[in-house]
Amino acid sequence: MSVHRSLGHDSGTLHVTGAARYVDDIPTPSNTLHLAFGLAGIAAGRITGMDLSDVASAEGVIAVLTADDLPFANDVSPSVHDEPLLSDGTIHYLGQPLFLVIATSQLYARKAARLGKISVQETPPILTVEDALAADSRFEGGPVVWSAGDAKTAMKASPHTVEGRFEVGGQEHFYLEGQSSLALPQENGDMVVHCSTQHPSEIQHKVADALGLPMHAVRVETRRMGGGFGGKESQGNALAVACALAARATGRPCKMRYDRDDDMMITGKRHDIRIYYRVGFDKSGRLQAVDFKHFLRCGWAQDLSLPVADRAMLHADNAYDLPDIRIESHRLKTNHQSATAFRGFGGPQGMIGIERVMDHVAHELGMDPLAVRRANYYSEAGGPSAPPHPPEDIFRQKKKNRTPYGMEVTDFVLGALTDKLEGSSGYQARRAAVAEWNATHEVLKRGLALTPVKFGISFTLTHLNQAGALVHVYQDGSVMLNHGGTEMGQGLFLKVAQVAAEVFGIGVAQVKITATDTAKVPNTSATAASSGSDLNGMAVRAACQTIRDRIAAHMAQSGHCAPDEVTFAGGQVRAGQKQVSFAQAAQSAYQARVSLSSTGFYKTPDLQWDRVKGKGRPFYYFAYGAAVTEVVIDTLTGENRILRADILHDAGRSLNPALDIGQIEGGYVQGAGWLTTEELVWDGQGRLRTHAPSTYKIPACSDRPDVFNVDLFDNENRENTIHRSKAVGEPPFMLGISALMALSDACAACGPHYPGLDGPATPERVLAAVRRARDGI
Amino acid sequence: MSNKIHVSTKVNGDAVEFLCDPRETLLDVLRDRLNLTGAKEGCGTGDCGACSVTVDGRLICSCLMLGAEAEGKEIGTIEGVAEGGELHPLQRKFIEHAALQCGVCTPGILVAAKNLLEKNPDPTEEQVRYWLAGNLCRCTGYDKIIRAVLDAAEEMRGAA
Repeated sequence: MSVHRSLGHDSGTLHVTGAARYVDDIPTPSNTLHLAFGLAGIAAGRITGMDLSDVASAEGVIAVLTADDLPFANDVSPSVHDEPLLSDGTIHYLGQPLFLVIATSQLYARKAARLGKISVQETPPILTVEDALAADSRFEGGPVVWSAGDAKTAMKASPHTVEGRFEVGGQEHFYLEGQSSLALPQENGDMVVHCSTQHPSEIQHKVADALGLPMHAVRVETRRMGGGFGGKESQGNALAVACALAARATGRPCKMRYDRDDDMMITGKRHDIRIYYRVGFDKSGRLQAVDFKHFLRCGWAQDLSLPVADRAMLHADNAYDLPDIRIESHRLKTNHQSATAFRGFGGPQGMIGIERVMDHVAHELGMDPLAVRRANYYSEAGGPSAPPHPPEDIFRQKKKNRTPYGMEVTDFVLGALTDKLEGSSGYQARRAAVAEWNATHEVLKRGLALTPVKFGISFTLTHLNQAGALVHVYQDGSVMLNHGGTEMGQGLFLKVAQVAAEVFGIGVAQVKITATDTAKVPNTSATAASSGSDLNGMAVRAACQTIRDRIAAHMAQSGHCAPDEVTFAGGQVRAGQKQVSFAQAAQSAYQARVSLSSTGFYKTPDLQWDRVKGKGRPFYYFAYGAAVTEVVIDTLTGENRILRADILHDAGRSLNPALDIGQIEGGYVQGAGWLTTEELVWDGQGRLRTHAPSTYKIPACSDRPDVFNVDLFDNENRENTIHRSKAVGEPPFMLGISALMALSDACAACGPHYPGLDGPATPERVLAAVRRARDGI
Repeated sequence: MSNKIHVSTKVNGDAVEFLCDPRETLLDVLRDRLNLTGAKEGCGTGDCGACSVTVDGRLICSCLMLGAEAEGKEIGTIEGVAEGGELHPLQRKFIEHAALQCGVCTPGILVAAKNLLEKNPDPTEEQVRYWLAGNLCRCTGYDKIIRAVLDAAEEMRGAA
């Protein structure tokens, strides 16, 4: 068996020796040129003049391009053609690229890019939620509203209600490898682009449009990224297009790598969100009515904001069966970097709203928040073949165990998972210990929280749920594997190679993993939405099975057996009495003129989704998990630490437990970072003031909890996914929500009032929450 | 064109000479002139540790040192951590513990960890955590990295 095993990362040896090549490490021809953008210094206005003479005459500069110099499409947006590569005269945000410098070194390009003299006519920027609402500055005509049941009536009938306002900040991806691209001009105007991207097909598309070429004239290759997290889904377009344009203009290879500060000033981040909530509930904590209003600042361009905001709405229920609910979502257009995909893709923002509600309701009732969460859980799934829940026909009421968007939850396991984690983490004893600590300590207060995650798996834009693969078996039995997924450290390539090796009954070492290449597999989707191994694993298996069936049919002739009696295991092929090595079988098939190459294709079944109505089945299945976090705060300074984290997570039948646990640990820490130390600060002029690691703090090694227990929950996927595994890229990110809720618990220990702790819970916000708990506002 | 400076130094034990611009960082020299691309530029301001190397046995961020300052020094980079074809125990343990994902921080962390174990062969978990606090990793959450370093330290003490 090569699947369900903890094999180490395929590039492990390259990584530990420093030999793994990222885009900036690829040896380049000596005449390679380097690029940098000149950036806008104001957040909103019109360009009235650009004097670039100093730029052009600066040392090492070969050429300077503006929007007027672009021969074809001046657009790098993934969707609605609203993102010019270089400003067309309007300035939309502080940091927007205005002109492009082509120079003989990166240093020369960057120095020259600072020398532009830009005359502008400023207009007042739209920066805050209030600014945007006052100006009705938004994407789509108005707010998107989805509802189930009748929240207004149910609210009136509820014995208790509570309401509040909750804000959570955005988040910088901080992939350790910044954005980078390298374009190599070819004969006949063709272009080869190496790009650090999660979406090579989109890069190919945008480069082709910018050069006025058909897509077949552009080849994009991505061997690996140094982290992506959603930040390389659309944000690499600008660099790749700039390199291709400069390469076309100069006839020389062109490379562009953002310096970290430029990267943070130019590229989009996670959407921040403001949520107004009002909920009705009974004395046991059961929610009876829920009303959410989401306000997301999307920045200057649409990018992926609509599906991000949709996914926030789709996760407004998280793990809870909410009877009557109304969700209103405002997608605000502001003069900031264009907020974009980031691990969870809106899911975290939606989910944290209902977790805040659970926390608040529990505080109102004086209950343990865990009891309130449990009281609202969806019904547990039955046995592996449990029939679907019979629909209940109650007038106007949402059907039980259905999400607000009408999808039946048939695979819910959080009841059992929570029970197990509650036991293994010693939750109840620690709850008592925390209470005792808080009763006897004035300055340091502790907090504890268990929060669940239910995350929907599939692209909500249904047509993206497809994947292709290309597999060759050579006559020596070695296998070359290619698919549309990209490697950003998550171990996708290894998981998919394990799937291929399993089909042929050979070791993973016999399978060559190759760079993602638009010339090998066309029309691919981004490696996003946690879909990498689900989609590409299935496509690769289909390709491998086609070849295996051909070899089996060939071997069956000499083995005098039926093709389906031929077995592939342990590097051997057995047909009747005959047994040969896989290599010998491949050699024999080759000599018998059997094709040993095949494509494979997969599309996720059973999806149907109407995003306008907000109804259907957007997800193939749900991934589950839960985390217990314990924290301590200093009530004099607001400083805080995570002391311990216990996690139980559902990766289905894991394809590779070591890789999956790595995703879970990394996801949790990144999620906790979002809600604790990572603070984006824009000033009143719209200038991002935290544009480097000196001021923007991702978790460091010293922040790791002293005790960190992570386990996989044994739970075969009920749906027919690749070897019954589950997607694991994004779901663990939201385990980090338990850190914020634990901090809220610690703040609540300081006084009688609800602390209303916003995120990220910086010392400043913790102090404010402590004060609110003591004094009530 | 600026005047180039001639520099004689040692990198991973080998005598090396190069010409560099006076403004060029050691990181740029290593990557662009000596083709040692294991050290990465993560921030360029000495905050992320991805460019960590040693200079005369001292751990530094090579983005904060000028190439010209390498004159007469001994530089150690990730490319010199394995001996011949044999991986250093830290390198083996990082693979064994799955202590890496995207790999960009890995070279810097290994250089830093090796430097720690040379000074302190028996560090506590807390000492490891704080020694590596200047090396950012966005993928792993650090747990496996700490385990790998402690495990390598134990193995190296056993072999000593």
